[in-house]
Amino acid sequence: MPELIAKTALLGKKPVTFAGTTLAEGDAGPVASIALFPGQDKAAAKALKPLAFPAPNSFTESEAARLVWTGRDQAFLIGAEPPALGGIAAVTDQSGGWATLTLTGPMAVEALMRLVPLDLRATFAVGQAARAPLGHMQSILFRTAPDSFTLMVFRSMARTAWHEIEVALRSLAARAALA
Amino acid sequence: MRLTCPLCGPRDRREFYYYGHEDYLQRPGPDAGPEAWDDHLHLRDNIAGEVRDLWYHETGCAQWLVVTRNTVTHEILSTELVADRKKKGVRA
Repeated sequence: MPELIAKTALLGKKPVTFAGTTLAEGDAGPVASIALFPGQDKAAAKALKPLAFPAPNSFTESEAARLVWTGRDQAFLIGAEPPALGGIAAVTDQSGGWATLTLTGPMAVEALMRLVPLDLRATFAVGQAARAPLGHMQSILFRTAPDSFTLMVFRSMARTAWHEIEVALRSLAARAALA
Repeated sequence: MRLTCPLCGPRDRREFYYYGHEDYLQRPGPDAGPEAWDDHLHLRDNIAGEVRDLWYHETGCAQWLVVTRNTVTHEILSTELVADRKKKGVRA
């Protein structure tokens, strides 16, 4: 049997840093959409332990995995294989379907706010997540630390997303250099 | 114009796709005559004032909303999930 090698969307793309803020590709590992069947909240909570099913616009995490809210009664399990959820939720493998980008540094908020129409300064705390447009792309955005965000876009949009964020970073760095 | 998605919070209207009046939720029964279907598909009131219509949160949570708004004052009066209406037993 041939040995297949899973490649990330931007394999080989080196991280870029402008004004201390780094854009890099992340490797999400396995990603599964977990869409709860009606009335299965309690059963899901039990099956997903130690992770709690996230409230809208948030994510929960354990050592190995994250569970990120992505829609009504739906979350993405990232970084671990899903447990058995027969009769509780519809589980769909999304691995490889999404590109993951991380943005870390003092200009992360400003750069993202050029592309995402959300106020990421005050109201978007660590532990929060959002389905929001990045330019014209659908994305999943979550804040993992005060100066660190993870973004997920459809795999086919990976290079566009990278380009958009890099341009935003470049222009912010240029402004900072002039000031 | 901003719409408050019941799940995502206040968002720009460009994140949403506009569909039409909430009449679309009142689908005629399978035995309804051609007049009922004609009415359902094509006949709409052109209201100056409060209207209730369907919007889809396209670049957000992918939910259908019923938005109550005023076409004269541009006020957004309420937003609710179509899915929640179903839960409450509203015929949809």
